[in-house]
Amino acid sequence: MANKLIVSLSPHVHGGDSVQKNMYGVLIALIPALLVSFYMFGLGAVVVTLTSVIACLFFEWAITKFILKRERTTIMDGSAALTGVLLAFNLPSNLPLWIIIIGALVAIGIGKMTFGGLGCNPFNPALVGRIFLLISFPVQMTSWPVVGQLTSYTDAETTATPLALMKMAVHGDASALSRLPGTMSLFLGNNPGCIGEVSALALLLGLVYMLWKKIISWHIPVSILATVFVFSGLMHLANPTVYASPLAHLFTGGLMLGAIFMATDYVTSPMTHKGMLIYGVAIGFLTVVIRTFGAYPEGMSFAIFIMNAFTPLINTYCKPKRFGEVVKK
Amino acid sequence: MKTFRIGGVHPAENKLSAGKAIETLALPKQAVFPLSQHIGAPATAIVKKGDVVKVGTKIAEAGGFVSAAIFSSVSGKVNKVDSVIDASGYRKPAIFIDVEGDEWEETIDRSKDLVKECNLTPEEIVAKIKNAGVVGMGGACFPTHVKLTPPPGCKAECVIINAVECEPYLTADHRLMLEKADEILVGVQILMKGAKVNKAYIGIENNKPDAIKLMTEKAAAYPGIEIVPLKVKYPQGGEKQLIDAVIGRQVPAPPAIPINVGAVVQNVGTAYAVYEAVQKNKPLFERVVTVTGKSLKNPSNFLTRMGTPMSQLIEAAGGLPEDTGKVIGGGPMMGKALVNTEVPICKGSSGVLIMNDKEARRAEPQPCIRCAKCVSVCPMGLEPYLLATCSAHGDWERVEHEMIMSCIECGSCQFTCPSHRPMLDYIRLGKGKVGGIIRARNAKK
Amino acid sequence: MSLILVAVISLGAIGLISAVILYVASKKFAVYEDPRIAQVAEVLPQANCGGCGFPGCSGFAAACVKAGSLEGKMCPVGGQPTMEKVASILGLEAAASEPKVAVVRCNGTCANRPKLTQYDGVRSCVVANSTFGGETGCTFGCLGCGDCISVCQFDAIHMNPETGLPEVDESKCTACGACSKACPRNIIEIRPKGKNNRRVYVQCVNKDKGAVARKACAAACIGCGKCVKVCPFEAITLENNLAYIDPAKCKSCRKCEMECPQQAIVAVNFPPRKPKADAPTAEKQTVGQAAIASAAKPVAVKNETVNMVSAPAAEAPKNTEA
Repeated sequence: MANKLIVSLSPHVHGGDSVQKNMYGVLIALIPALLVSFYMFGLGAVVVTLTSVIACLFFEWAITKFILKRERTTIMDGSAALTGVLLAFNLPSNLPLWIIIIGALVAIGIGKMTFGGLGCNPFNPALVGRIFLLISFPVQMTSWPVVGQLTSYTDAETTATPLALMKMAVHGDASALSRLPGTMSLFLGNNPGCIGEVSALALLLGLVYMLWKKIISWHIPVSILATVFVFSGLMHLANPTVYASPLAHLFTGGLMLGAIFMATDYVTSPMTHKGMLIYGVAIGFLTVVIRTFGAYPEGMSFAIFIMNAFTPLINTYCKPKRFGEVVKK
Repeated sequence: MKTFRIGGVHPAENKLSAGKAIETLALPKQAVFPLSQHIGAPATAIVKKGDVVKVGTKIAEAGGFVSAAIFSSVSGKVNKVDSVIDASGYRKPAIFIDVEGDEWEETIDRSKDLVKECNLTPEEIVAKIKNAGVVGMGGACFPTHVKLTPPPGCKAECVIINAVECEPYLTADHRLMLEKADEILVGVQILMKGAKVNKAYIGIENNKPDAIKLMTEKAAAYPGIEIVPLKVKYPQGGEKQLIDAVIGRQVPAPPAIPINVGAVVQNVGTAYAVYEAVQKNKPLFERVVTVTGKSLKNPSNFLTRMGTPMSQLIEAAGGLPEDTGKVIGGGPMMGKALVNTEVPICKGSSGVLIMNDKEARRAEPQPCIRCAKCVSVCPMGLEPYLLATCSAHGDWERVEHEMIMSCIECGSCQFTCPSHRPMLDYIRLGKGKVGGIIRARNAKK
Repeated sequence: MSLILVAVISLGAIGLISAVILYVASKKFAVYEDPRIAQVAEVLPQANCGGCGFPGCSGFAAACVKAGSLEGKMCPVGGQPTMEKVASILGLEAAASEPKVAVVRCNGTCANRPKLTQYDGVRSCVVANSTFGGETGCTFGCLGCGDCISVCQFDAIHMNPETGLPEVDESKCTACGACSKACPRNIIEIRPKGKNNRRVYVQCVNKDKGAVARKACAAACIGCGKCVKVCPFEAITLENNLAYIDPAKCKSCRKCEMECPQQAIVAVNFPPRKPKADAPTAEKQTVGQAAIASAAKPVAVKNETVNMVSAPAAEAPKNTEA
C-alpha cells in the first residue's frame, strides 16, 4: 500500500452538508422574490440588486485580503452574495448607486468583518447596512417609486406605501385605511415598497423551499407571523378605523422578507427551538409596536436588530430538552 | 413505527455485505490476545511462555468484578507474554500463542444441535456466563455478568436485545440473526432467566425486513419475547436511545444507568454468545466480523477466532485496495481508525471497514455559522457547538454544567455540521477531563 | 438661552447626585486591602502567566504579603532581581533560586523517527494524545501539534518546520512552565540553566524496552545504563528503561554524553571538546551548534541540529572563548 494510514477520531463519515450549500440554498429561495421585483420595478431593481451584490463581494474580498490579510478568501461561500441580495431587497428601487455602495460597505465592513467575518457577527450584516442607510438618508430611503415604471431608475415617480397609510390612520387620518390596496394585491406584490419585500407570495414560496431543503426550521418565521397576526388582529378588533387588519399587516412592508430571510439568519438567531420561539414572538410583538406607535412606519428591521442583541442571552438561558429530563419530573 | 424521541441522523447505510452468508475464516499462524479487551480491570495472564493450550483453555483470569476472563481461540504453545500495539498505537500487554493444529477442550459441545432446555438457576446462569468471559459484543465490551447483577435497590423489569445495528456498513448482527435465529432466541430466554424477568424485546431496525420476519416467526415459540421493528435512525443502537425507542423510558443523566429504569440491554451477538456459553460450554473465543468497504473486492462476514490479525480478514476479503486511506475497527460513525492492520480481533470487534483516501480525509473546518443543526440532531439534547468551544478553551466547569458527561459520542453533530467542525474531538477531550475531575471529587468525599 | 440653562442645570444636578452616590458607596462598601499588596504587584512583571502557581501577578503579590515569608515563592519571569525587590518592600529575605529554562526532551525529528501514519484530527496535542499513539512508532515523544507554542506568552518557543519539533529560545524563555503544563506527554522539563548556561540532559522520554524504542526512533534512550555506570556523581538514575540526569547532582562533566550509544544525552552551550575538522556541517550551523555537533558522532550530526538551536547564536562565541 502506497499511503500511510490516516488516523482521526470518529465519526469517519460526513453527511455532505456545507456552508456553501446552505447559503446558495437561501439564494435559490430568494429567486421568486427577485423575479417579482424585476417585474414590478424593472431597471431600478436590476441596477440596485447588481450594485449591492457586487459591492458586497468586493468589500468582503478587499477586507479579507488587505486588512485581515487572510490567505483564503471567503467570497465563494455565498454569504457575502447573500448579504448583498438581502441588502438590495431592503432598499427602494430608485436609490442612487453611491448610497447603495455605502450601505454595502457598512454591511460587510462594520456589520460583518469587524467582528471577524462569517459566524462572528452579532447582528445581521444586511440589516446593519439597511438601518445605517435608513437613519443617514431618511429621505432617499423612504421615497418609494410607483410600481410598473420598468425603464426608470432614480427618476421614478414616488408614492406613499401602505405602511405609511397605516401610520397616518393611527395619527388620526380616518380615511387613510380605506386607501390601502386590496389584500390580494398586497399578497401578490402590486404595491410600492422595497425591492424584495413587495410580494408575500414569492417570499412564501422561498420559505417552502427552505423548509423542504431543511435549511431552516419553521420556528422563527411561523412564530413571527403568528404573533403579528394575533397582536395586530387584537388591535384591529378593538378599533378597526385606526388599526389596520392583521392580513394587511402580514402582507405589507418587510414583514415577510424579515420573518423568512432576515430573522432566520443562522449566525444571529438563537440555537434552540425554544429560544427560536421566544425570539420570533418578541420580533413579531416589537414589529407591531414600532409600526403602530413608533416614529418610523416600518419596524421589522429594528425589531430583528433588537432581538439579535438578545440572542446570546436567549442562548444562555434556553437549553434544549435534555435526554432523560422527562423521567426526572 | 417506534424510534427514539430526540435528534438523530440518517447516514447512508452502505450495507454491502448484507447478502453474504457467514464464512468461517482459516486459523491464524499466531493469535494475539490483549489482556484488556473489555471495560474494567485488565485480565491477568495465567499462562507463561512454553505452556501448551487448547481451543477454549482459559489463558487469563478476570482482574476484578468488572472484568472478564480470556480464553484461547487456538491450540498451540504460548510464545510470549509481551506488549502489542493496540488499535490506537499504544502498547498494551498481550499473550501471543503460536498455532499448532486445532485441538479443542473436551468439555465443549461441538455438535450443531440446538439445545433448548436450560434447568439452571439464575445464579448458576450468571456464574456460567462469567466463567465463559462473555462481554457485550456491540463494541463497548461491558462484562455481561455485571449487567445481570443489578446494584442494590434496582430491579430489572425487562431485557432489551439490541439487534439494531444502526452503524452503516456493518452486517454481522444481521447475518447472525438470519443464520442463528433459534440459538439467539434460546440465548435471550437464558438472559431473561438470568436477569429474573419474563419479558424481552428484540429491537430491529426496519432496514432488515428479512431478519424481522424470520425472528417474528420463530419468536412465537418462545414465550415472553417480542420483536420490535424500529424506524431507521442513527444512533438507535445506543443503549439509552434503544430503551427510549422500545419501552419509551429515558435513562436520566449519568451516573444513572439503564437498570435505573428497569432495563437490561444486551447485544444480539451477546445473546448468541450466552447461548453457546451456557448450553454448549463454549467460552467466548470467536465472533462474526464484517469486513467491508466500497473499494474492497469482496465484502464479507467472517466467523473469526479472536486474536486473528485484521490483515488476515482483509486478505480473505480480497486484499487491501491500493487507494486505502483509513482502516477502521468498527463502523464509520463510532469505530476507531487503526494505526496498522496487524491489530488482533478482540471481543468487541464487530467489523473492519476500509475507506479510500478520498472519503477518509476530513474536509477543512470552517467557522461555525451557528446554524444549530448540531443542536437539533443531538440525541441527548445537548449543545455540541457549545461543548466543543468550551472544551477547546478548557472551561471544564462550564462543560460539566452543560452536561458533557451525557454525551454518548455518537458523532451525529460532527456528521451533520455544514462547517465540518471537529466538534467530537474536543467534546471527547472535555469528557475525559471532566470525568477525571468528577472522579477526583468523589474520591475526596 | 433658557434651553441651555435647563440643560446645564439638569445635567449638573444628575452629575452631582451621581457623585454623591458614588462617594457614599465607596466609603460604605470599602474593602481594606493591605497597601503592600499593591506595592508588591507594582514591581512584578505583570505577565500574569501563572508560572508562580498563583492566579496572576496580583494573586502572587497577595500571597507573598499574607505568607509573611518568601520561602518557596518565586516569580519565574522576573527571577532573582524581582524577588529581591519584593523582599525589600516586605522586609523579608528572598529565597535563593537559580535561573531555569524549558528544555524539550525529545529528539524525534522527521529523520530520526519515521512517520507510520498520518493524523487528520484537530491540531492539538491533547486531542492527538487521546486519539492515538502518534504518527510515529514512539508513543512517548513529541506529537508536533504545537500546544506548547500556543500557550507561550513570551514568544519563546517555536516549531522548527524541518524537524517538526518545538525549540526553546533561551533568551526569551522565562521558565514560567506554561509549555510544560500544556504538553500532554510531559516532554518539556523546566531545568536549571546551569553554570554559564551549560547543562547536560537526556533528550528522550521513551519508556519502552530498548529494542522497541530503537526501532521507533534513532535517537531514543534505550535504557542500556551505560551513562549510569560512567557517572562519577551518581546523578543519573535509570527507571522504566529511561535515564534521567538529576540537575542538582550533575557536575556537567559530560562523561555520559560521550558514553551514550544513541546520542540521547546532550550537552548544550559547551565549548567544542576537540575542534575536529567537520567542516561542511560546521559551516551550516552556528558556532555553538558546531561545538556539539563535532562532539557527536558524524552519523548523528544531521539529527543533532535540533538539540542545539536552543543555544542562541549570540552567546555561542562567548562560550567558545571561555
